[in-house]
Amino acid sequence: MNYRAIRAIYLFEMARTWRTLLQSIVSPVVSTSLYFVVFGAAIGSRITEVEGVSYGTFIVPGLVMLSVLTQSIANASFGIYFPKFVGTIYEILSAPVSYIEIVIGYVGAAATKSIILGLIIMATAALFVPLHIQHPLWMLAFLVLTAVTFSLFGFIIGIWADGFEKLQMIPMLIVTPLTFLGGSFYSVNMLPSGWRTITLLNPVVYLISGFRWSFYEIADVSVALSLGMTLGFLAICMVLVWWIFRTGYRLKN
Amino acid sequence: MVHSYLPVPPSCVDPRLKCRCAVRHTSFQNAMLAPPPIISVSNLSKTYGSGFKALKGINLDIKRGEIFALLGPNGAGKTTLISIICGIANLSEGRVTVGGHDINSDYRAARSLIGLVPQELHTDSFETVWATVSFSRGLFGKPKNPAHIEKVLKDLSLWDKKDSKIITLSGGMKRRVMIAKALSHEPQILFLDEPTAGVDVELRKGMWDVVRGLQASGVTIILTTHYIQEAEEMADRIGVINKGEIILVEDKAGLMQKLGKKHLKLYLQGKVDALPASLAAYNLELSDDGRAIIYDYDTKGERTGITSLLGDLRNAGIHISDLDTTQSSLEDIFVSLVRAP
Ligand SMILES: Nc1ncnc2c1ncn2[C@@H]1O[C@H](COP(=O)(O)OP(=O)(O)OP(=O)(O)O)[C@@H](O)[C@H]1O
Ligand SMILES: [Mg+2]
Repeated sequence: MNYRAIRAIYLFEMARTWRTLLQSIVSPVVSTSLYFVVFGAAIGSRITEVEGVSYGTFIVPGLVMLSVLTQSIANASFGIYFPKFVGTIYEILSAPVSYIEIVIGYVGAAATKSIILGLIIMATAALFVPLHIQHPLWMLAFLVLTAVTFSLFGFIIGIWADGFEKLQMIPMLIVTPLTFLGGSFYSVNMLPSGWRTITLLNPVVYLISGFRWSFYEIADVSVALSLGMTLGFLAICMVLVWWIFRTGYRLKN
Repeated sequence: MVHSYLPVPPSCVDPRLKCRCAVRHTSFQNAMLAPPPIISVSNLSKTYGSGFKALKGINLDIKRGEIFALLGPNGAGKTTLISIICGIANLSEGRVTVGGHDINSDYRAARSLIGLVPQELHTDSFETVWATVSFSRGLFGKPKNPAHIEKVLKDLSLWDKKDSKIITLSGGMKRRVMIAKALSHEPQILFLDEPTAGVDVELRKGMWDVVRGLQASGVTIILTTHYIQEAEEMADRIGVINKGEIILVEDKAGLMQKLGKKHLKLYLQGKVDALPASLAAYNLELSDDGRAIIYDYDTKGERTGITSLLGDLRNAGIHISDLDTTQSSLEDIFVSLVRAP
């Protein structure tokens, strides 16, 4: 293992994060606060309780996941797309590093950033609603697992994209809708049974359900299933990345 | 006694001894042969995804410690060749070793030896010079060494810019930043893909001083250029590539020998049908319908023979009205090679 290379890539990416600290942190915090004002205060005053917790409290895990998902994808896809775009990728390709080291560097940095972000959003949420976490370790486990998995997914998008439109497309067209429909703002049990079945095809449901369970022990599906689905998606992303590097897909001519 | 003349039977020889002998023998042989090339390219072909064949069966050895200039017109395949050796592009056929390591199966060892300065200016914008050069060193797995980076930046006259963001630098400075990045990890081989594009005359000289210094410290340098003077000035050997094929590899000395030939053209007052036998030794040639004589001579030779030729011509009663000399330049050789179908 070329640990120094992993460190170099990781620190380089983190430096980019610190440079753009304001955008990276402030905007999600502002938008989360807005969600609380709109959903928590406005709608929450009508919907008093969901499965035994106040509506404002209920949506916190979903909001955190929403940000962690979108930010992981955005960070990681941009992180690898940008060097491709400006050409500095030549240096990574010509360096004595293996693809595993490249992935650890980029995905590790993107995941770190979104984990920090998730924690900041939780802290912001705690200003608005009472927050209690039943299983902090499971909460962290789901947070890290989701951040890593979707950073890996973002990395794949970043390699696949050959223009800024494509970079935006998947997150806009697929991930955001799936997240909104994945039970961030409601319990799947609140849906009519037909919709409920369709909703269970949405992988994000499992992430949010598991994550919410670690807070309140409320879950739409069993925790084991949540964990299994997340790990499954992680495995799929890993295989895809392995294939990309094995073939040099869109990285090497 | 007949027996005493028999050699020691094989079973009596200590196998370890035998082994040592074998090792000595091969190293002895190696010492006698030319040292192994630091880069060896054999039968290398490259077909791009578009189906375009950019390299066709390239064979090329680079000697340890030399400065090799790869000369060729636009689109000849220079950058493609370098990209493959450095791991930026995949090869389609053939094999490349760097320092004896296969670039595919043993890419770590191969790439550790190489520093690359690509043709295009690809730099980060918001990093400082110091950070980007340090990053390169880390990427190549080398422990921190601020003293080395300081030296590199000073050598390239970048020291006063070390804390500047790259975006604030001029094009020539950015190119030097890229050279600094390539040198940050103390490579044994340096690739310079058109290093002087966009660099002013003074800095160019400075850059060549750096390159010569590197060579003196044992670094092998491969540079590409469109400029023949540059190759002439810098290189020990010159390779010419055209349309994906190496069409010539020669020591600069050998090329200069070819270049050393000059033509002297003597215009005559009047016309000669044949040259007198007394001038046979000069291998003269009649041209312009007998109105001129051409004499080839070697400027590197002990004597050109011009003085005696002129004397002999006068003795033969041939009078000269004017004269003209021309030299076949590397440019001419290059153009004729590249133009050849
Ligand atoms: N990614 C690519 N896909 C398809 N063809 C390519 C690609 N890159 C280069 N080529 C083609 O390969 C040929 C060799 O290109 P290369 O860049 O190696 O030339 P070069 O000798 O470096 O030229 P120059 O002096 O202009 O830098 C050109 O005809 C070019 O069009
Ligand atoms: Mg080129």
